[in-house]
Parts: sequence; C-alpha cells; structure tokens
Amino acid sequence: MSERTELLLAIADDELILGWRNSEWTGIAPFLEEDVAFSSIAQNEIGHARALYELVAAELGTTADELAFDRSPEEYRSAPLVQLRRLEWARTIARHWLYETADEIRLAALKSSDDPEIAGLAAKMDREEAYHRMHADMWVDRLLATDEGRTRLEEAVEELWPYALGVLDDALRPELVARAREKLGQTLPEAEPIARGVHEAELAELWEEMTSVRRSAPAGARW
Amino acid sequence: MVFEVFRQERKGQPFQHAGSVTAPNEEFAEIYAREQYGRRQESVALWLVPRDALHEIVEFPDEFEMKYRRVDGYSIKARLHEARERAGTLDMAPGAASE
Repeated sequence: MSERTELLLAIADDELILGWRNSEWTGIAPFLEEDVAFSSIAQNEIGHARALYELVAAELGTTADELAFDRSPEEYRSAPLVQLRRLEWARTIARHWLYETADEIRLAALKSSDDPEIAGLAAKMDREEAYHRMHADMWVDRLLATDEGRTRLEEAVEELWPYALGVLDDALRPELVARAREKLGQTLPEAEPIARGVHEAELAELWEEMTSVRRSAPAGARW
Repeated sequence: MVFEVFRQERKGQPFQHAGSVTAPNEEFAEIYAREQYGRRQESVALWLVPRDALHEIVEFPDEFEMKYRRVDGYSIKARLHEARERAGTLDMAPGAASE
C-alpha cells in the first residue's frame, strides 16, 4: 500500500468512526436544535469519509463500501481519540473541539499537497469543516463562561489530551499544542500520544453495530 | 432566545417564514439555522430575526362592517376592461399583444 493510500485511509477512518460516534447523539442531544446540528455534522463527516475512501478505492481497485465495512476492526487506522465512546456532553464537546482543531491543521497541510486530487478534496472538505469548527469553538466558549462548564470541560480535556495528540504526526503536533494552550487556557498534561494502531475495545463494539446490516446481507446485495 | 427564520428559495424570490430556532445567542442561531434550513440546499439565503425584534399587530377592528373596503365578490377584471375601453387603451393592457 502506497504512502498516499495509507494517509488517505487513516483520515477516512477518522471521519467515518467520528461520524458514527457523533451520530450516537441523534435523538438524545441536550436540546432539539443541537440534535439536528450535531447529527448533520455527523453526516458531513461520513460524507467526507466516503469521498476519501473513493480516492483510495480507485487506487486499490475496490469500492468505498468495501473499505468502510468489509475490513476487520484491527485493520482500521482511525486515531484512538475517535474510537472512544463518551456519551457525555463535556467529553463530546472536548473531543469535537480537539478533533476539529487537529483536522484543521491536517487539512491545511493537505491543501498545499502536490497531488491535485488530495489538495482539491482537502479544500472541499475544509469548506464544510469551517462550520464544524465554528460550532466547536462556540461550545467551548460557552462552557468556559461558567465555573461548572469550565471544570467539566477541563476534566474532559485532561482525559482526552493524550488521545488528541495521537491524531497528528510529529511534524504537525506542536501546532495543536499551541492552539489548545491558547484557546483552553488550562495546563495540559505532559503525555505520550496515544497514536494510530492502538485499537480501543470500544472500536470492536462499534464495528459490530456498524457492519451488522452489511454482514447480514449476501455479498453483492443491492439496496 | 428565539429567532424567527425566513428563507429564500431562489434569488429574487420573496423570503418566507420557515420556522424558528432556539439558541443562546446569534452565533449559535446561525449554526442551527444553517443546519435546519440550509443543509439540503433548499435555501439561497436566510434571515434570522430575534423574536423580540418583531412588532406584531393582531387587532383590526371593523365595528361598522364597511364591506365596501373589501374586494370579495368584486370582479376587477370586467371593470378594468370597461375602463380601458372608455379610455381607448385596450391595446396597452398587459398581455394584449399576445391575444
């Protein structure tokens, strides 16, 4: 597998798994408007995953669906940050902000890629991600505005920080540290990144659910 | 805060009331309105108006039932035709050239 494919597949897996995780709030988000908005963000992420899988599929001679659903859980390259199941709003917002910020840094690098397909897709994704970032920034500001919100967000960031570091490679990581320091204004723990290649137990559970429909149908079934 | 949302389906068309969103401030309202009334490309523009900013008028007294102010049952088409005939401007009426 080429370096290009490895890179695209890692990002696609991030977006698919995070989209899936975010969609777990559908119907139970704190209030109706947020329910609709967060579900829509989840759909966008899965849309990005599809576009990325299609680029990979063209190179490997397969399809986006096969890449998304026909691999075993160990084969996914998603960062452990997005694998975690944290159905608690402060943690959801902390992950949302940490991921979107890391993703922005990653997309900025991809937009200047020499590969026109990658640069083009990164620019397209970034135009949608801009609204995700706006949403995440506003929520962080909102939580930081009260004592209870700040305390809960800080606890969540502290727990997720080593995972957040694992989204980016060594070259891009310092920028995430700088951004997080500036925005969150809390002391970030010194931690080793929990990087790609680690598979949280929760990923296998998610995979069971995510692929159950596809596995229940005979190969080649059409919908 | 409640924001009333108006949406324009195509450029040049009038904005129509679409619904409302509840949000803590204008920035959140923008995100929520985008997701609820724009994500399917069903709008080319949205107006967000804080409900407090609306000046609502609901009472229209009509104590003397002045029916002559209303136009129901009044065929304006026939009367307009007569008036145009008198003035000799029938050929200038909208649609006249195509008839």
